[in-house]
Amino acid sequence: MCPAPVTAVGRSVPRREGADKVTGRARYTDDIAVSGSWYGRTIRSTIARGAIRSITLNPAFDWSRVVVVTADDIPGDNVVQLIRDDQPVLAPQGGEIKHREEPILLLAAPDRATLEEAAGQIRIEYELANPVFEIGSATEVFSAVEITKGDVASAQRTAHLVVEREFRVGLQEQLYIEPQGAIAFPEADGVIRVVGSLQCPYYVHRALKRALKLSDQQAVVVQAETGGGFGGKEEYPSIVVVHAALLARKAGRPVRLIYDRHEDLAATTKRHPGVIRHRTGVKRDGTLVYQDIEIVLDGGAYCTLTPVVLSRAAIHAAGAYSCPHVRIRARAVATNTPPNGAFRGFGAPQSLLAAELMVEHVAERLGMSSVDLRRKWMLRVGDTTATGQVLTESVGSTLVLDAALKAAPHVGTSERRHVRRGRGLSLVFHGSGFTGSGEKKLQGTIGFEALADGTFRILTASTEIGQGTKTIFCQLAADALGVELDKVTLAPQDTSLVPDSGPTVASRTAMIVGRLVQEAALEIKERLQHERPPLRVEKSYMQPDSIHWDEATYRGDAYPVYAWACTIADVDVDITTGEVRVTDLVTAVDCGKALHPVMAEGQIEGGCLQAVGWATIEEIKMKDGGYQNDRLATYLIPTALDAPRICTILVENPYSRGPFGAKGIGELPMDGPAPAIIAAIHNATGVWLDEVPATPEKVLEALGAQS
Amino acid sequence: MTVRFTLNGAPVSVECAGSRRLLDTLREDLGKTGTKEGCGEGECGACSVLIDGEVVDSCLVAVGQIEGRNVVTVEGLAGPDGKLSRLQQAFIEHGAAQCGICTPGMLLAAHVLLQRTLPPSADDVREGLAGNLCRCTGYTKIIEAVLSCTT
Repeated sequence: MCPAPVTAVGRSVPRREGADKVTGRARYTDDIAVSGSWYGRTIRSTIARGAIRSITLNPAFDWSRVVVVTADDIPGDNVVQLIRDDQPVLAPQGGEIKHREEPILLLAAPDRATLEEAAGQIRIEYELANPVFEIGSATEVFSAVEITKGDVASAQRTAHLVVEREFRVGLQEQLYIEPQGAIAFPEADGVIRVVGSLQCPYYVHRALKRALKLSDQQAVVVQAETGGGFGGKEEYPSIVVVHAALLARKAGRPVRLIYDRHEDLAATTKRHPGVIRHRTGVKRDGTLVYQDIEIVLDGGAYCTLTPVVLSRAAIHAAGAYSCPHVRIRARAVATNTPPNGAFRGFGAPQSLLAAELMVEHVAERLGMSSVDLRRKWMLRVGDTTATGQVLTESVGSTLVLDAALKAAPHVGTSERRHVRRGRGLSLVFHGSGFTGSGEKKLQGTIGFEALADGTFRILTASTEIGQGTKTIFCQLAADALGVELDKVTLAPQDTSLVPDSGPTVASRTAMIVGRLVQEAALEIKERLQHERPPLRVEKSYMQPDSIHWDEATYRGDAYPVYAWACTIADVDVDITTGEVRVTDLVTAVDCGKALHPVMAEGQIEGGCLQAVGWATIEEIKMKDGGYQNDRLATYLIPTALDAPRICTILVENPYSRGPFGAKGIGELPMDGPAPAIIAAIHNATGVWLDEVPATPEKVLEALGAQS
Repeated sequence: MTVRFTLNGAPVSVECAGSRRLLDTLREDLGKTGTKEGCGEGECGACSVLIDGEVVDSCLVAVGQIEGRNVVTVEGLAGPDGKLSRLQQAFIEHGAAQCGICTPGMLLAAHVLLQRTLPPSADDVREGLAGNLCRCTGYTKIIEAVLSCTT
């Protein structure tokens, strides 16, 4: 046996599509010129709750050059295919409106001016109903989860100290820089081909089939180069694509439906806001006795992915700690606000913020260092999580805590008189891959080909959205085969060509699908010993026998493995303005194995900054069930000037079933910074905030209450 | 109206309403789709181009205003033989482009910065790129890439 001649894994090779992206050659959805295509537009509700009484198209207007699609034009089910059949593709006449910006009509016209004019010629009259905007007044429950470990009721009697606290988290917009968009092409034999900006081709494929009543072959979904997703292009593109397809079908020509930023901000899904209450009981020496946690998330008007978000929130709610008695009661409720949905972290940032701040509060009450308390509590190999999962390997808690503390610079004092400097720390874990039986049910599949010309091709529906899928898959395959990297290519993410590898979400692509790529490449290599190309294999995910999950009781192995991070945030708080500036972040991440160190760092740094935004400036103000700041001039995200210096430390702590030991880390960096920043604000000023974002108004209010 | 200007070193002439956004003319009339639309109101910088060497949001510029001027888009950064500029190469090597949608505007802003301030400090780079939003990188790798071009 000769050793593999090359190693791509672990090297920061050039990104596959890098040259296209730096030259402007990369084609995003709106860059695709289509001769004869029309422009589409969505007409949305202006009320939060009620019924459509009438829709009137101005008879004086020339409608001959405009295509109008209503719910009556939907050939299949008027349902956005996802978990629950509650969300209509278009609100039907007489049907209920449940939120502002709910799609009612679709228009298409040959030019933007006609489209704009037509949009002004429609009158919709409503029957108004009383909307529900607050979690506290919500009556409809989308889902509920209860996790029980030990016996909290009897454990309460043995605690010496009980700390109670309530935390609130706000909405957040994913704010991919490329807005949502799709172009639909009606083709021969009833085929509708759609090209769009999306994370999950097969989610869209299922939605398209259902609403347009198409066969597997008639619905074709192709991912264009995608300008960011962060979960925002997990489920929402199903709506954009189905709308574009309905217009194209009726117009009999291609239709491009590209959102502008205002529409994207006003109408698309956000991170779930919520309230999290903790009661934590400890012994005098800090021994953790029990955690009693209640979570309520606001799902908005329709279910979308809310039950799955709630599930991840609940499973992470006890934090990265080992506690003998845990009770987590979580529910997600409906309000008449635009539906909330997938966003990097998927519920975990919300519940981990609360869990981490509780460590701080308990430590303060005990007069202990919160780092020491974390060392006392944190999960290690052999410990059991809240769902009863015994952690058997790749538990990086100690490694990341030590690495971050070692790397953090000395904290000085600010030279400016009104500025207080402070430091905070957090320790978090994040389950890689789908929750519970998700991967088993999904059975993500890839194809792998050895071609006659001596090259190899990976067939997968996993998408490149900036995180490096294309590059990493080729690295994995090249090393498994023992060939040069340029011998491996990737087929386009087109449902007519590639199998369903599952959605590109849940920190699962590198770890779960990447492992399939590695296994398929090994199998092909083996077959090439005695067979000649072309050869093709398919690999589907097989749940290892050692993973057990009981959906009914929420007991068992919630995730195949967890990634770990310790984050240290340094902040400057201006006590005259309340402004919080995060100056430095040090984050140590146990990623199992860094398949591509530069991309892994890049993912972590980007996730951290998204979390800094959530923790400090990204606030959505609601008015009458709509977002007040639905423009980029008023919804602010961090610029290069606002961003802290970020020091990333990759800790390699291999996971036996990950490809080359890798674990998923896409979402993890969203979890740690917010609690570290809130703790740093306390360290700087002495005030505790119980919510994010820590806007200047809230900081000033807290400082005022203190003095 | 007819508007004549220089685009990436070559003279061009377009027939359109003078009020048409330069962004639309570049993308739709001249096929230069490297220039992106992120917000349409001058907040994100995805549509940045250079006009007479200044970084400008092309969504806020009417074509009528650029008669006789010199416009550079991302397509004009590589050499005539297609060879990537040092900055473009650095963006690839340092992982400064992730999803890539902000990359064209970011490259143009960085290009001007490197021409004007030598050598820029990390703070100069942050200042120079503050008009261009990126949601993927946390800016760290972008700043590293720009700084790597100063030596």
